[in-house]
Amino acid sequence: MTVGLIDTGCANLASVRFALERAGIDYKVAVTPGQAGACGRLILPGVGAAAPAMKQLDASGWSEQLRRDERPLLGICLGMQLLFEYSAESDIACLGLVPGEVARLPQADGLVWPHMGWNALDVLQPNNALLSGIDNGAYMYFVHGFYVPASSFALASTRYGADISAIVNSRHVYGCQFHPERSGEAGARILKNFAELVR
Amino acid sequence: MLARRIIPCLDVKDGQVVKGVKFRNHEVVGDIVELARRHADEGADELVFYDIAASTRGETVEPAWVSAVARVIDIPFCVAGGIKSVDDARARLFAGADKISINTPALQNPRLVDKLAAEFGSQCVVVGIDSREIDGEWSVHQFTGDPDKTRRANRRTLDWIGEVVDRGAGEIVLNCMDQDGVRDGYDIEQLSAARALCPTPLIASGGAGKKEDFKTVFNQANVDGALAASVFHKGLINIGNLKSYLIDEGLGIRP
Repeated sequence: MTVGLIDTGCANLASVRFALERAGIDYKVAVTPGQAGACGRLILPGVGAAAPAMKQLDASGWSEQLRRDERPLLGICLGMQLLFEYSAESDIACLGLVPGEVARLPQADGLVWPHMGWNALDVLQPNNALLSGIDNGAYMYFVHGFYVPASSFALASTRYGADISAIVNSRHVYGCQFHPERSGEAGARILKNFAELVR
Repeated sequence: MLARRIIPCLDVKDGQVVKGVKFRNHEVVGDIVELARRHADEGADELVFYDIAASTRGETVEPAWVSAVARVIDIPFCVAGGIKSVDDARARLFAGADKISINTPALQNPRLVDKLAAEFGSQCVVVGIDSREIDGEWSVHQFTGDPDKTRRANRRTLDWIGEVVDRGAGEIVLNCMDQDGVRDGYDIEQLSAARALCPTPLIASGGAGKKEDFKTVFNQANVDGALAASVFHKGLINIGNLKSYLIDEGLGIRP
């Protein structure tokens, strides 16, 4: 089933595209919702800041589409943060598909900011299909300065001065704070699991 | 726990991976994509590609090999060399690089750091610093890709780190030139001094020769990552073995 890759004009589309190709997942880059009409599921990648990304999503019609869409959706990094109701990064309302808010990562003693590098997952809901084959303690590649505190919507969390939502899910909507496209075999497994989710 | 990163650096010149000693006498060590894949398979946490001649030639790196690398590897990588503008950076990021690193162009035009951070976010802006001790003071060098052009920049290393972080750099790679290529251990004193004032991730570079050097730099200089080139390319240290050793020594490392 073809995945619609939402293009907000951000820089990391190449990384996600190549990762989908390595995983043998068919995809179509979609600047507008109309271009993803035949796609069975959607990925919202993200790099950059929340305000310009939301502006792009609003302008292209994606914000409105995603609020009523029922296809499985995977947000990556900033794309995951945009799924929530509000972001403190730019003090703006986001898509509101998952309850919760994005806050600035606390600058804890002895920790550098932002959170950059490989960190281990605490798997909270091992039976969710997105986590099939993912071991507790699996390392994923994170790069972010804002975060969603781990809540009941977290399938997995990671620890860096706070308990961070690493993987989230609410209904058909999923998100990864880390970059599965740059997280080795474990990350590729997440992408495959998403492509194979039963609707 | 956030893992300490092991980062092979591939110096690129004319489309091949090369390695010199103290920045001179470069010898070819292999093909870019082949070495990238091998390092990733062995467990590298990240890769850095420095087109060491780009700044001195007045050219920029070619996105063609950047996307060739991005296609095959599934770990983050950073591209450096001759990136002088936001457009240069965008071309590399759109080709699949996760970060771009600037060195000489930042010294020539420090505002470039601000512009890159504003456009792409600090997380993809790395500043590389080549530093050597002169008259008892650590000072920054530029044009280090070409021995005939290498010269001291009029800046003290620690001052420069503070400035680029203020301007929005998201990571610092501190290459201690006196140690480069001689495999005698990282410059713990200089890296510790940098760590004390650097609030963003700090990567040690220059001097790795044996497994113990990595343990020492993580434990004593508290850096976020350790970069090395020749010991990995020449097979003197296997990344998988190195990581097992560091895990046994109690360090947080991605297996």
